[in-house]
Amino acid sequence: MEYFLILISAIFVNNIVLAQYLGQCPYLGCSKEKGVSLGMGGAVIFVMVIATPLTWLIQEYVLLPLDLGYLQTIMFILVIASLVQLVEMFLKKSVPPLYNALGIFLPLITTNCAVLGVAILVQRKEFDLGLSIFYSFASGLGFLLALVLLAAIRERLEVTHLPKSMQGVPAALVMAGIMSLSFMAFKGMIS
Amino acid sequence: MVLTSVLSLLALGFFCAVVLSAASRVFYVEEDPRVEAICDALPGANCGGCGYAGCEAYAIAVITDPDVSAGLCCAGGAEVTVAVSELSGKAAGGDDPEISFRRCVKDEGKVEKKFGYQGVLSCTAAGLLEDGPDACKYSCLGYGDCVKACPFDAMYIENDLVVIDPEKCVACGACINVCPNQVLEMIPRRARVQVFCSTKDKMKAVMDVCEAGCINCMKCVKKCPAKVISHVDGQIRIDQAACLAYGPDCEEICVDVCPRDILRLMCPVGITAKAQEAAAAKKAAEAAQAAEAENPQPTA
Repeated sequence: MEYFLILISAIFVNNIVLAQYLGQCPYLGCSKEKGVSLGMGGAVIFVMVIATPLTWLIQEYVLLPLDLGYLQTIMFILVIASLVQLVEMFLKKSVPPLYNALGIFLPLITTNCAVLGVAILVQRKEFDLGLSIFYSFASGLGFLLALVLLAAIRERLEVTHLPKSMQGVPAALVMAGIMSLSFMAFKGMIS
Repeated sequence: MVLTSVLSLLALGFFCAVVLSAASRVFYVEEDPRVEAICDALPGANCGGCGYAGCEAYAIAVITDPDVSAGLCCAGGAEVTVAVSELSGKAAGGDDPEISFRRCVKDEGKVEKKFGYQGVLSCTAAGLLEDGPDACKYSCLGYGDCVKACPFDAMYIENDLVVIDPEKCVACGACINVCPNQVLEMIPRRARVQVFCSTKDKMKAVMDVCEAGCINCMKCVKKCPAKVISHVDGQIRIDQAACLAYGPDCEEICVDVCPRDILRLMCPVGITAKAQEAAAAKKAAEAAQAAEAENPQPTA
């Protein structure tokens, strides 16, 4: 039950993009086409699920014993950035199709705040390792959902007659705001 | 306290560095060394004249795709084509070096201004206003949109008309699309003939505004024995490749039949200065010979 609640909470109620405002950069930058947004969302899920347990272990076995909680952010960034580089090399060597599919997105999310945000959030919520991995996966799904929804809307907007000053990013920002508002309706569903 | 934090951060950083450098050895992917070699051989201007996003994209394409010609780099010219074809193992394409050509002689035609334009100094802006300030709406407007677009500094404006420096033009094609009147056209450097006007008007409409312009009378289209001259989109168009393939047997009859002398012999336009000098010297020698040949006659 706890896992189910976390899944619903991370996707709808506390959506990482729409309720916590993390990862806005890829949210607006990679939401012009559905295909691209799917690729980006997949890459984010992939990196989150790998990075969160690793940072969890760092927190548990390095930061806490040494009483270095204030180094959390910089340590996590260091670890996540190195990890993404490592994963990129590994994929290039071992799974070239996946490497080509993720393409430029993998290096782009090296310092994505959504990835770092989830790593820090699981520490604040004091989840155990298994729950952290699940939470990171659910958050990634929420990110994917928000990205694909916005991309679908923007694809429709492309063919409408918007005033010139609203075309492109302005319309996307307004849409993002409305989407965020509508997701607020889930608030209070799960405390 | 400070020491532990510094040391632990250093340790973690060092650890990551070691792991990454080890991984870069373990997961080293051998990329085709020819790609790098071709990148070095290409000019590196990333002008996009080959149709690819940049020099590296073209290098990858020429290695991986057997259908991609080795002679697409127009910026590098013959040397680069030879280098690329050697590195990629492809036969050098027989592609002609090309040059950008201005199809307008409004200075010769004494095209008048309809009004004094004082707006934004760009051809696109000027062209939007009443089809441009020139009486002929197909003219080279002379505000230099192409000059700004040229990555090789090969164009300049002289007497309200763009001039292309054949020494510097590498036929990257950047200028072709920015011209609002499509006055510029890419033609082979050894093209024999060309219409020096891009008007789509006919007869009186042209004569009213320009003393030199093409009146689209179609005489050249009918007379060309190789049928390489056609009338497309209201303009005379010469299929330069087919014209060159046909060769000089036609003795450029199109030039002779043109009532406006606007279909002209190209040589030596577009040939490098050295070749121009050689051509000029040859012409002078021929003229001297002809003079010699002619002179004895009256005395004889």
